[in-house]
Amino acid sequence: MNTQKRVIVVGGGLAGLAGTIRIAEAGLPVDLFSMVPVKRSHSVCAQGGINAANDIARQQGYSEYEHFDETIYGGDFLQHQPPVYEMVHWAPKIIDLLDRMGVPFNRTAESQRDLRLFGGSLYKRTHFAGATTGQQLLYALDEQVRRWEAQGKVNKYEYWEFLWPVLETDDAGRRCVGIVAQDVRTMQIRAFRAEAVVMATGGCGMIFGKSTNSVMCTGAAASRCYQAGAWYANGEFIQVHPTAIPGADKLRLMSESARGEGGRVWVPRTKADRRDPRDIPENERFYFLEEKYPKYGNIVPRDIATREIFDICVNQGLGVGGGNMVYLDLTHLGRDYLELKLGGIIEIYRKFAGEDPALVPMKIFPGVHYSMGGLWTQYTAKDDLRGMAMGSANSMMTNIPGLYAFGEVNYQYHGANRLGANALLSCIFDGLFCGAGVANYVLEGVTTTSARLDQSIYDAAVSQQQEIVDRLINAGGKESPYQIGRELGEEMTAASTVVKSEQRLLRAIEALHQLQGRYQSIGLSDTGMWTNQNLSYARALGDMLKLAEVILQGGIDRKESRGAHYRTDFPDRDDANFLKTTVAKYDPDTGRPEIFLEPVETGLVPPRARTYGKVAASTDTSRPTETVSV
Amino acid sequence: MVAHTTEPLQTRSVRFRIKRQDRPGRPWRWESFDVPVEPGANVISCLQWIAANPRTIDGRDSNPVAYDAGCLEEVCGACTMLINGQVRQSCSCLIDQYAPRDGDVMRLEPMSKFPVVRDLMVDRQRLFHALTRTKAWVPIDGTYHLGPGPQDTPQSQQVRYKLSECMSCGCCLEACPQYKLEEHESRWDKAFIGAHAISQARLFNEHGTGNVLASDRLDAMIGPGGISDCGNAQNCVKVCPKDIPLTESIAAIGRAVTIHSIRKFFTGK
Repeated sequence: MNTQKRVIVVGGGLAGLAGTIRIAEAGLPVDLFSMVPVKRSHSVCAQGGINAANDIARQQGYSEYEHFDETIYGGDFLQHQPPVYEMVHWAPKIIDLLDRMGVPFNRTAESQRDLRLFGGSLYKRTHFAGATTGQQLLYALDEQVRRWEAQGKVNKYEYWEFLWPVLETDDAGRRCVGIVAQDVRTMQIRAFRAEAVVMATGGCGMIFGKSTNSVMCTGAAASRCYQAGAWYANGEFIQVHPTAIPGADKLRLMSESARGEGGRVWVPRTKADRRDPRDIPENERFYFLEEKYPKYGNIVPRDIATREIFDICVNQGLGVGGGNMVYLDLTHLGRDYLELKLGGIIEIYRKFAGEDPALVPMKIFPGVHYSMGGLWTQYTAKDDLRGMAMGSANSMMTNIPGLYAFGEVNYQYHGANRLGANALLSCIFDGLFCGAGVANYVLEGVTTTSARLDQSIYDAAVSQQQEIVDRLINAGGKESPYQIGRELGEEMTAASTVVKSEQRLLRAIEALHQLQGRYQSIGLSDTGMWTNQNLSYARALGDMLKLAEVILQGGIDRKESRGAHYRTDFPDRDDANFLKTTVAKYDPDTGRPEIFLEPVETGLVPPRARTYGKVAASTDTSRPTETVSV
Repeated sequence: MVAHTTEPLQTRSVRFRIKRQDRPGRPWRWESFDVPVEPGANVISCLQWIAANPRTIDGRDSNPVAYDAGCLEEVCGACTMLINGQVRQSCSCLIDQYAPRDGDVMRLEPMSKFPVVRDLMVDRQRLFHALTRTKAWVPIDGTYHLGPGPQDTPQSQQVRYKLSECMSCGCCLEACPQYKLEEHESRWDKAFIGAHAISQARLFNEHGTGNVLASDRLDAMIGPGGISDCGNAQNCVKVCPKDIPLTESIAAIGRAVTIHSIRKFFTGK
């Protein structure tokens, strides 16, 4: 048996890969687990770019501090401020590092890295590689990990699904000492030992049925950690991206960079105007974001743009052709400019919608996109709160020692609403900054290595998982997992996205309990034990049903509106009662979350009203007043 | 978010004829399913429908078809397969374009140049192995802050960006007459490396720091399974979903290999 200390990283997106590189660099072997070849991880879908203070913006009065302030303001003051402060100060260094790795960032005529505008900022501080920045960043990190792999320092377990963390309790308390995972091709279930486990498993869009997420973004891995005792925070904060194109299988993202580069959102002023958009004269177009937000215009943050689009379509009935669509117009920008700056998304729209955005305005509508909430994690702030203590072993550690959460799967940095182009930053930052903390925990904090632990701990963990699988295989019930999954998605989308209310959320909880009940009578059409995707999905569905309850219950308990969480019955922000993190603890007896509130560290920027300079628009608008399922 | 109605508004039916194999070493068979398609449906949404309703046209209960999928927006490369004999991503294959009439048939098969895991899912590990063989990375000193990377002109950036869009899907390999199925890893280092890896060699040789390993990459291209195995069929460039100029890359690396070989001959390095 290998007695050397080692680290497991679960998930091969930006956060997992960056963490892997940093931990390997610290001299620890890494076992990297991913359900898909890591080069196909969901980070590949990120389009617009990555934010960082830069020389041009600095000369206009921008700095890391403004990046920090924008992020906090954009997040409606719900995030702890020291980690954000640290992250934005690493941002320019991260851009340099990616540049050194060979990321083909767009260049100006003078060979400088080009910049674009992005939501929630009046300064150009977004670095980009066409409109496939996430892909390019992921590939750069994938290449570096392959280099470590070639040296034998990283072992990849691709097509392996994380099933459960292995926990051990000794005199010092409970800690994570490995994982149980399943090869999704051979269906073999095995335990793996490690001194620390980093979860970097991304978001949970599949809980909402259709979203902009990839198919593996079920949230099941996070849910399993939560059921094993890790806390889950701010689950109710789900970002609904304002601009996606609908499809039969998913919602395809149309990057915020389309607006950052000058794209304009509008609807015809006349209801159900049937004319070709190109025939509608300028004065008959309602550029509602530009009118209501003269300062930010089309680049207001996502939660605001989404609510305005929802209001225009659902409450005012001004959507294109009377339906749930608005125009995102790029036709004035010129084909060469579009190909150079936005090529990737132009191609997606052309392929999937069959129209050319250089000629015809795109038709878009909001879609579930990102989870601000996630596994609860810790950090150690510097004494003056300006940043995190470098190398601290608890950086992004969950409440279970040895179990970490990096990237979208944790709840830090983005508060109640994430600003565009901050996600790639937070993922890579977690990997690099907190990866050093993991190495310190393993090298200095762990005295009994996992190799010395009794095999029975691991055997028991495996048989527990084997039982779950056997139960599913032998269930033989009438309920189809796909039907339950579909109903879950529809209910969650209707009750818990753009507009919420207590009454609607309570109804959703009731529906969820019924689905959880039906899940007990599930039946699989495939009971074989080779590449059984039916089984993998059914297994994940059970965990999605648990996590959905955290999202709904958090939404019920948070009786205020803040960022992406909008309650018609409590339309205002309530700092006195809810400038707090909602933390969900799994109760194994009831199978339900217990929620408690925890204060937010706001010691650097005091909360202020978040208006983005809104004014009344020419057409009468009102707040969304009812929950409408769309 | 977007209106997904429970009942499809207007449907027609398309027949999916799918080549199925339960696991490696087992015989394969065809199975057909009639799938109601909504406007905007693609091959993935139809495979999802089959998963929920796995009943063949002769009324036999079957099971969900295994396939690889990820982003569903043609940027991850996972869902590559043969559709009516053509290799491509299935997510961007819209039924309205491919099978516009009621009762049209769509034929789905796994890629033939990689071992089948099950049904439409294949093992493309050899493809990633080729990236290791090519040393397709920039040998940075480490992740500590050391300032920016090498200067890059917009022209060079545009060339590198295009090459860097390769999503390792394997279309170029499926279409290549010189690239043959190799089940065993022991043979991968001697078998043809493929257009994608040659293009990646060019990508990293073009980078200011990546260039440090240029000679290693060219050595890999000289040996058995290297660039001389390319038969110049030029199928690769025709099927690349990202329009990567693969034949230009092959020509560029071909020239570099020639110069490299001559230099090696005279200098012994």
